[in-house]
Amino acid sequence: MAEFWDGYALPGLWIAAKIGALLIPLLLSVAYLTWFERKVMAAMQLRMGPNVVGPWGLWQPFADALKMVVKETIIPTKANPGLFLLAPMLTFMLAIIAWAVMPVGEGLVVSNINVGVLYLFAVSSLGVYGIVIAGWASNSRYAFLGALRSAAQMVSYEVSMGFVIICVLLCVGSLNLSDIVRAQETVWFVFPLLPMAVVFFISALAETNRHPFDLPEAESELVAGHLTEYSAMTFGLFFLGEYANMILMSGMTTILFLGGWLPPIDIAPLNWIPGPIWFVLKICALLFVFVWVRATFPRYRYDQLMRLGWKVFLPLSLFWVVLTAGVLVAFGWAPGAEG
Amino acid sequence: MSALVNVVRSMFLTELLSGMALTFKYMFRERKTLNYPHEKGSLSPRFRGEHALRRYPNGEERCIACKLCEAVCPALAITIESEPRDDGSRRTTRYDIDMTKCIYCGLCQEACPVDAIVEGPNFEFATETREELYYDKAKLLANGDRWESEIAANLAADAKYR
Repeated sequence: MAEFWDGYALPGLWIAAKIGALLIPLLLSVAYLTWFERKVMAAMQLRMGPNVVGPWGLWQPFADALKMVVKETIIPTKANPGLFLLAPMLTFMLAIIAWAVMPVGEGLVVSNINVGVLYLFAVSSLGVYGIVIAGWASNSRYAFLGALRSAAQMVSYEVSMGFVIICVLLCVGSLNLSDIVRAQETVWFVFPLLPMAVVFFISALAETNRHPFDLPEAESELVAGHLTEYSAMTFGLFFLGEYANMILMSGMTTILFLGGWLPPIDIAPLNWIPGPIWFVLKICALLFVFVWVRATFPRYRYDQLMRLGWKVFLPLSLFWVVLTAGVLVAFGWAPGAEG
Repeated sequence: MSALVNVVRSMFLTELLSGMALTFKYMFRERKTLNYPHEKGSLSPRFRGEHALRRYPNGEERCIACKLCEAVCPALAITIESEPRDDGSRRTTRYDIDMTKCIYCGLCQEACPVDAIVEGPNFEFATETREELYYDKAKLLANGDRWESEIAANLAADAKYR
């Protein structure tokens, strides 16, 4: 019995507690990201944004959530009900499980695996399945076209994202996310690899189907793309998944380029602030840029989107991989090259 | 040279950044929103809102049942029936306006020789049922009593342009 407690139950509970400590703030921040987005966009368009429900409209996310829970889930007659219901769950689940490897602070990570970057990359690539399944199972033209666009777009931008990540990995010499952050103690990678950081962020916009790459749900052409037939909580799960993905991509950018939980300079007043707070602040700044971009730019045309992915980002990031590798070898800076 | 400048510009995303600078600047501008139920915009004296039947100061209703408004109404929203009253004057026994038909053109108040039917400043008369929008004479007279001061002020303000 003692073995059961010490061997299984207590570690299990501990893991569950860690997951809860990560997920509850995450879901809350997803909810408040919608509020933040509406407020910031409203401010940029000289509007007020939500200001009726609670002080400064702060209860608005809960009002929205209540609405989505209470409404009826409509399953179209011609839809494939199993897949139709599976798709939003898949999207949401994938957006959440990626957080398992995210180091929030020094040693503060649910699962400190050695191939964290690959895991993150794999999970964010799987995200396209939720959308493709939704588009297929809805049995609707708009949903299908939206899903096709989304699939093509995500695949295109993942290629250049992969090369950007390789650039970072060359500088770090490890696939472990905590090691990547520790490697930035002297200088954040955003400075030596600035073009790659920009490419990564723009690819992240495309990866999360955000403006100006929101072609999969282009209102003016496709109604709502893969979301067209969804209602109530199935829609809500997609929505949550999409916003959780935004936070995830911001977190990934933070870890790869902005030094994760590290303060900007390791001096007295700045390094008193605990790491997780720096991490959250950096994510917030990036999320603000997500919203800022949305409020500023019009949508890309589809061929322009593909041109940017394949003809600009791919050669650029490929060139930068070679350049990074060359510089690291030429100056003997490559990690593990001392011996 | 200009081609080179263009390449450099697009590489450093200068146009995108200047666009973003503009939206960022606008974020701190004054909001133009009117918080509608709490704040309201100003209305012209000629605003054509909810209808009202007015009375003379002594309480006598103005309408003389000439039916000009009924005749001019392009939406056929007005229905009037009339009879001579005991004192010999002609008055309406029925004055209905179907507010769902009305297009708020204001021709009825233009046609009225005694300023009896007017469109007041009230535009917040949404109802939950259709039937409530079939106004009868009692409802219109009640509107007249309720909005008389505003209506009179509007008519006075607009009188010099007529």
